[in-house]
Amino acid sequence: MAAPEFDVPKFREFPTVPAIVPGAMAHSKPYVANEKVQEGIGLPTKLDDDWQVTHDKVIGKFGELLGKYRSLKVFMDACVHCGACTDKCHYFIGTGDPKNMPVARQELMRSIYRRYFTVPGKLFPKLVGARDLTKEVLDEWFSYFWQCSECRRCSVFCPYGIDTAEVTMAARHILDSVGYGQKYSNEILGKVHKIGNNLGLPGPALENTLEGLEEDVKDDTGFDVKYPLDVQGAEVLLVTPSADFFAEPHIESLIGYGKVFHAAGISWTLSSYASEAGNFGLFNGDYAMMRKVAMRIREQALELGVKRIVVGECGHAWRVAYAFWNTLTGLGAGANDPFAVELQKQLDPRYKQPSHICELTWDLIQQGRLKFDKEANDSRIITFHDSCNVARGSRMGDYAGGQFEIPRHIIKAVANKFVDMAPETIRETTFCCGGGGGVLTDDLLELRVKGAFPRMEALQHVVEHDGVNFMATICAICKAQFSKVLPYYGFNMRLVGGVHQLVSTAIRLGDEQ
Amino acid sequence: MTLFFAILFYFAFAVLIAGVGYKIYDFARTPAPLSIPTTPAPTTKSGVAFRMAREVVLFESLFKGNLWIWLFGWLFHMGLLLVLVRHLRYFVTEIPAWLLFIQPFGKYAAFMMVAGLGGLWARRFLVERIRYISTPSDHLWLALLLGIGVSGLAMTFVIHTDIVAVKAFFLGLMVLDIQPLPTHPALLIHLLLVALLMILFPFSKLLHAPGIFFSPTRNQVDNPRETRRLAPWAAQIEKN
Repeated sequence: MAAPEFDVPKFREFPTVPAIVPGAMAHSKPYVANEKVQEGIGLPTKLDDDWQVTHDKVIGKFGELLGKYRSLKVFMDACVHCGACTDKCHYFIGTGDPKNMPVARQELMRSIYRRYFTVPGKLFPKLVGARDLTKEVLDEWFSYFWQCSECRRCSVFCPYGIDTAEVTMAARHILDSVGYGQKYSNEILGKVHKIGNNLGLPGPALENTLEGLEEDVKDDTGFDVKYPLDVQGAEVLLVTPSADFFAEPHIESLIGYGKVFHAAGISWTLSSYASEAGNFGLFNGDYAMMRKVAMRIREQALELGVKRIVVGECGHAWRVAYAFWNTLTGLGAGANDPFAVELQKQLDPRYKQPSHICELTWDLIQQGRLKFDKEANDSRIITFHDSCNVARGSRMGDYAGGQFEIPRHIIKAVANKFVDMAPETIRETTFCCGGGGGVLTDDLLELRVKGAFPRMEALQHVVEHDGVNFMATICAICKAQFSKVLPYYGFNMRLVGGVHQLVSTAIRLGDEQ
Repeated sequence: MTLFFAILFYFAFAVLIAGVGYKIYDFARTPAPLSIPTTPAPTTKSGVAFRMAREVVLFESLFKGNLWIWLFGWLFHMGLLLVLVRHLRYFVTEIPAWLLFIQPFGKYAAFMMVAGLGGLWARRFLVERIRYISTPSDHLWLALLLGIGVSGLAMTFVIHTDIVAVKAFFLGLMVLDIQPLPTHPALLIHLLLVALLMILFPFSKLLHAPGIFFSPTRNQVDNPRETRRLAPWAAQIEKN
């Protein structure tokens, strides 16, 4: 690992709110998407040479979004600058840059809203903090709206529930619509449309990978655990983040899913066409894009004739699946429009559609259909990192908060040693890994390392006091991010892994051989 | 002077009702295309009503967020509520028993209100982060509200005004019968600031009051797998 070109934050004995350091992260900018990338997903390729044209397009799009999203409209009006959110963002805690305080981040956009859409802002801009839209403002948006991971932690504490993620999404959507896209996210969206997954892994390569996996598991366990692809008529279609197919530690969880299906005797399949659970359309706040990506899964579900759709360990994918799929693709229940009814006729109403892999596994455990050798995990002292999109944007099971309990129940069912991190850093107040929301790219490494700081501090505490040596999580981005930033804080990168990695270690696949 | 205030209050009342009415209409007509409650969220409508009640009455999220802001904000708002209820006596001929009962509480609640405002304003100077996010209008709002509170307190406890005449003025206003208003300096300042507040309300951050009821992260039921929601503009995409 090359030496970082920035200072890694130091662990503190008594964590306090940092003093503000104006401009500390003003230099942070992701790469701008080039013309080819923008073209690949049907977006304007670059900013217009005439600033006035861009200016008018930005204001026009802003007005359009205000009319389409109640969240944006209410959030622009309701903030009173009370300051409750100011110390809640992991990027502020890690960088001290005041524009990373959620209210100040929103204000980058609200100042434009006031100037162009409110009477006081038109008459007395200085008085109410309104300003003209200039190229500098747009650059500032590009910098600071790509320093938000849309984790929603601020929205937990806002007295009006203002969610900066909604504001960030709107800003990014506007930037995209005038040809000012972010390279990393838009490149990934291009790959999904072209190849079917974020990593650009084509069908044949996927098939090879899965065959290799079957051999490895056979060598390892002696059992013929299958990792099927494109099987017509399978009961379950598993959609998982494509990182699960080859990245470490992700693949360990994929192995675990296969073992669960094997042990429970459930027929299942992956799809080469819908080989991606992730949906970067969310990060860019682009409804149509998000829908287009999600439609691939609907199409495959219909094509393969599956009865259930299950989503693998991926945070934002689960938010999109749980909260948005029903709206976007009719995958869920309760609709009477022909579009949605078509799919519902096929899916098995006894199961929640879609289900999270943790819901499926926990159901099987409760039914006594899975058996474990818990001692197999005894070398691990485990903690659980709640991923932001699962924690604050979705649910599992039948009751509010199931998304916190079910993964922990599974861990405790498959391992003996579990300890939680400090209460203010988990569950609904969990800290983002620092790499979510479309910033998991090396051109934003400084942001990622600094943004991980609050989580790293909480982890350090349980490592020191409880000897924790395994941080389980159910998000592909969290896994990739932690693998990268853990070493900056003096931890082993292998300290992070999946919940189904733990399941995989302890599960009994059949009678002893 | 009486005529000026009469016209001012008719105008202020009209702006307040029309302005806030329009804003509520505007919030209500704008679709919320996606399910975005901040989870864990209630899974039933009654659960959402309970969550909203906790937010509005107890400021639950703010309580989780920052105890000082919660303390000052809650003191101010609850003080204001009691004070406002007490002021109903100026708008009804016969004062019902419960309003009489509230009278002493309403009188002293003004101190709560002013203390809360003082605390909130102090934070805008003393806490670096909040100083950073404060705009001139944030300060002016606090000044305006404090002005209303202090001028009101002055009339209650220091230099009394002819409240019988004040009541006659407002009862008269309600039936388009203009009665003379006492020219008491504290009263005139008090009424002027109140009218200003009413006029500015629909154009300001005071919209947080109706806004919270429309906040999708707080008012949505967490049931996206069981209920399909589709905004009209989003349904249009399906047809393409």
